Amino acid sequence: MSPRARALALLLMKPAELLVGLLSVPLIMLHFTLGMVFLLGPVTRVHRGVTARMRELSERWCGVPIAPPYLPEPPPPVRQPDGWYRKDRSLYRTPFWPRWQARLEWRMSDAGTWRDLVWFLVDPVVGGILALAAVVGGRRVLRWHGLWWRSLLGPTRGQAMRARLRRLAGARAQATDQQAAELRRIERDLHDGAQARLVSMGMTLGAAEDLIDRDPAAAKALLARSRESSAKALAELRDLVRGIHPPVLAERGLADALRALALDSPLDVEVTAELDRRLEASVESAAYFAIAEALTNAARHGGAARAWVDLRLARDSLRIVVTDDGDGGADPARGSGLRGVEKRLAAFDGVLVVNSPEGGPTMLSMDLPTSRPGPERDEIRLTTREKVAIAAGWSLGWLPLFPQGLVPLILKLSGSEDEMGWALAFHTPEPFRSAIIVLMIALGLGLYGMAVSAPILAKRRKLYGGAEG
Amino acid sequence: MRVVLAEDLYLLRDGLTHLLQAHGFEVVAAVESGPELVAALVGHRPDVAIVDVRLPPTFTDEGLQAALQARARIPGLPILVLSQHVEQLYARELLADGTGAVGYLLKDRVFNAAQFVDAVRRVAAGGTAMDPEVIAKLLASNARSEPLGRLTPREREVLELMAEGRSNAAIGARLHLSESAVGKHTANIFAKLGLAPSDDDNRRVLAVLAHLNGTRP
Repeated sequence: MSPRARALALLLMKPAELLVGLLSVPLIMLHFTLGMVFLLGPVTRVHRGVTARMRELSERWCGVPIAPPYLPEPPPPVRQPDGWYRKDRSLYRTPFWPRWQARLEWRMSDAGTWRDLVWFLVDPVVGGILALAAVVGGRRVLRWHGLWWRSLLGPTRGQAMRARLRRLAGARAQATDQQAAELRRIERDLHDGAQARLVSMGMTLGAAEDLIDRDPAAAKALLARSRESSAKALAELRDLVRGIHPPVLAERGLADALRALALDSPLDVEVTAELDRRLEASVESAAYFAIAEALTNAARHGGAARAWVDLRLARDSLRIVVTDDGDGGADPARGSGLRGVEKRLAAFDGVLVVNSPEGGPTMLSMDLPTSRPGPERDEIRLTTREKVAIAAGWSLGWLPLFPQGLVPLILKLSGSEDEMGWALAFHTPEPFRSAIIVLMIALGLGLYGMAVSAPILAKRRKLYGGAEG
Repeated sequence: MRVVLAEDLYLLRDGLTHLLQAHGFEVVAAVESGPELVAALVGHRPDVAIVDVRLPPTFTDEGLQAALQARARIPGLPILVLSQHVEQLYARELLADGTGAVGYLLKDRVFNAAQFVDAVRRVAAGGTAMDPEVIAKLLASNARSEPLGRLTPREREVLELMAEGRSNAAIGARLHLSESAVGKHTANIFAKLGLAPSDDDNRRVLAVLAHLNGTRP
């Protein structure tokens, strides 16, 4: 569909929106005035259903993706040991009412509910005008339309921040659980493995000590056995250490650790790493284990023979792409391996994107934020031209603006223009005089504007990564 | 035979010194950090150096780096690297210059004094001593390579021992075969892998290792 056709379609939707909005208002009024509390649920459900579709449309048609701003649904009520369900100070026999009440409170307290309603009432006008303009203006105005929608249908800065906090708190809880489980596993491995072997070694050595005079041959056999047992204990410890923190990672960093991993993998793995600095140990370790898990997954379930690992360090995040030539069809919702990768990344506010069509290839993109910034993050580099512009603006801007511009203007308006010998304007005849004064003021403002805007532009370039130089 | 020893743990350093002295080696320097090691290697020019991978001050791969550095300055300087873990990556780096006279063993191998001393002697004489675990990993990552699949189980055993750096006589003793039988097996292995046969034990090992490393760039 062409941008104009889309704009027209959007325009045609507006009356329907207005109708929904106008119908909703009395229903919600009934909720508050007559206490018909059962009405709010269905109304918001309709609203959310419609706006969810609109968010999709915004991304598809206007090129503006919009994240849903709502609070997460309340958790289901928990049954108490005595078999009752509690909501505030009341007890219920079944979970139905506490759940219903919790959901009602959830809807009422969510700012998203009310912003939706406002959108239904206001969008037919504002959105209508923008859509109409887009029928003429095309793609660019269509984007403005999307941005307008986002201002009401998307999360506010506070909502987005709270959503991020919730996500991080969840990930943190999961990470601490995982860590505790990991420590328990290590404890168990040590207890059943190395520790047990050391005990048996001690006993064997004691027996050998007793036997050494009476039966040297038997003592020798026992000593050989305890040596074997110490070798086994060492091998177990080695495996354990590899699972906690791979030695190569400690010795060489992420890139070489991955190369070592690639060599040991049954797959034919190619590693490309562009890392110009060592990252935090925690991020390196998370990335390492996530990639290791991805490769294991590819080998075990994906039927892959080759894989490619690509690491790239962006300004404040590590981008990892793992591709394999397997059968595809990988899905984090089903495969426990990919869930594991996702969890590992989530603890660091990282994301996993899986692209795995049936028949392959599978591509996993991971993005891990690094809290230690790159070397020149806060430093804004100015080009020579910008430096000249700033210096010239601040040092010369006053000259046209005040003595040549504003002061002559005031004097001219007050009628005492003949006293100003220094101003250029007064040495010229009248039609040019006013023009020169205006020109001077414009020149002064322009110079100041240049000086103020140069660092701002440089900063924007830094933040949004435009062309350097 | 003069030895330089680099190991940061006192107990191990002391134990190794005693072990080596008991077998007729002369330990000319026993150091505990990377910079000291380079100085000792260049200063003493030992017949063989025994080096721990992880050394102070950084506790990263200081020992390995120092060893590689010293070998760049004194080509062919025999070095036996010891580590708590073995990596194909490090084995490759040690073998990269193709001159031999390198060893790479797990620290556990010290338990068997006779075999360990044999490995030290082999490296000092310009041979190689690769840990069985390195070889196992190398072979595992070559599992799908076609020529390896054509080897008989016996030939595979011989190949493993050969890759560790052992001579025909030692392989024969280990597998209870005559030296000529081992020679026949090695000739078959070389033919199947498409390598030029060689009588020189050291060059033979290097060829095999290069082949195993080379199939996966």
